Amino acid sequence: MLKRALAIITLLIIGYWIAQGLAGVPFGQDRMLVGQYYLDHVKAQTGSVNAVTAIVVNYRGFDTLGEVTVLFIASTGVGALLWKRRKERTAKTEGSIVLTTGTRLLMPFIILFGAYIFIHGHLTPGGGFPGGATIATAFLLLYMAFTQYEIPHKAFEKTEGVAGMSYVLVGLIGLAIGGYFLYDWIWQTWGWGVNNIGRLFSGGFIPIIYTLIGIKVGTELSGIIDNMLKEEVSE
Amino acid sequence: MNCMACIEYIIIGLMIISAILAVEWRDLLAAAVGMAAVSLFASLLFFLLQAPDVAMTEAAIGAALSGAVFIFAIKRTQRYETEDEEKPGWWVRW
Amino acid sequence: MISAYYFGAISLILIGLYAVLVKKNVLKMLIGLSIMESGVNLLLVSVGYISGRSAPILSEGIGPKGAVDPIPQALVLTAIVIGVATTALALSAAIILYEKYGTLNVEEIRRLRG
Repeated sequence: MLKRALAIITLLIIGYWIAQGLAGVPFGQDRMLVGQYYLDHVKAQTGSVNAVTAIVVNYRGFDTLGEVTVLFIASTGVGALLWKRRKERTAKTEGSIVLTTGTRLLMPFIILFGAYIFIHGHLTPGGGFPGGATIATAFLLLYMAFTQYEIPHKAFEKTEGVAGMSYVLVGLIGLAIGGYFLYDWIWQTWGWGVNNIGRLFSGGFIPIIYTLIGIKVGTELSGIIDNMLKEEVSE
Repeated sequence: MNCMACIEYIIIGLMIISAILAVEWRDLLAAAVGMAAVSLFASLLFFLLQAPDVAMTEAAIGAALSGAVFIFAIKRTQRYETEDEEKPGWWVRW
Repeated sequence: MISAYYFGAISLILIGLYAVLVKKNVLKMLIGLSIMESGVNLLLVSVGYISGRSAPILSEGIGPKGAVDPIPQALVLTAIVIGVATTALALSAAIILYEKYGTLNVEEIRRLRG
């Protein structure tokens, strides 16, 4: 009881302190400095219409490479912590007839929708990360409906590795052509799609990188789900 | 009735109530559903703040995948928070 | 008084922090941590809002002077994905704790000492 009261008093003091700090940042005022530069030059320098995805891939592409690395470390860590010599699924209840039929009908459309999200990342909101998460949700639906379903492990792990290496390869090609890592060689050297802003074939290397990120995130999150769902079977 | 502020206050109020219930419930499965509900209301607030990329990412990752991973962890450990006898109060199992 | 969005984000942070400080079950602490992350992301995006302007997608009709700040949204996009990755890793550590000690109560784990 004393611990609970002490915790509540500490939390109220912290809350008051944060609110005093936010009193100097009034809600809804124009405070942009670097953001205004990005918004003024995003159509001419990157070719994409969506400013947020241009910042994530083009202006700050190296931070996105770090994020992909953190996701890879987390997925490998889950696989390493939950490793057993022989694992299999221990679900007992098969899904109802509505669930199995609906899953068989819906799964190609969910994967198609996820692919649409990451291919059009430079035109509509979204990008690689929600597209990859939608593909992982399709595989989660398959796990929920059938008791004996498993994703093909070897193929998924190879796909994830190839997609991750291709991202670094795109950056190295930029280094060879332009002079710095992740130089946008499609938009600035070749000039491919310069008079096509607002349509699909524009945006420099943003669709390419987002396709790689979408495939990588989708297979990675499916691997995490598969590792957490299987239990050890003793012989 | 054209008040956008009313809808904002209602959604923020529902989000805070959902968070308090997610922390207080003893059944961990119900707490996981409460956590997914907090993510869902936060995704609606991101849309009202004119941020569609963030709203889509939070709905796909926070509500669906984070809740699913939590339920798999509950499956492999225990379901109730403490193992002591529950006195039947005026809400029986909360 | 501060705006309603700031108040909602700060109260989410405080509720999550209460769960980490007071509760004894490891999974309940991880629920609190995940709620705190949602609160922090909401606070970051609401700092970048400018009233009267629209989403930062420069299609027809929206010029560079008619869009919200795009930088906090790019930061929060990264933070949400990293949050779910670290939550998955922490949950697998909790599963291993349960298999080794048989309980998820932090007071009893502190006394058992391997």
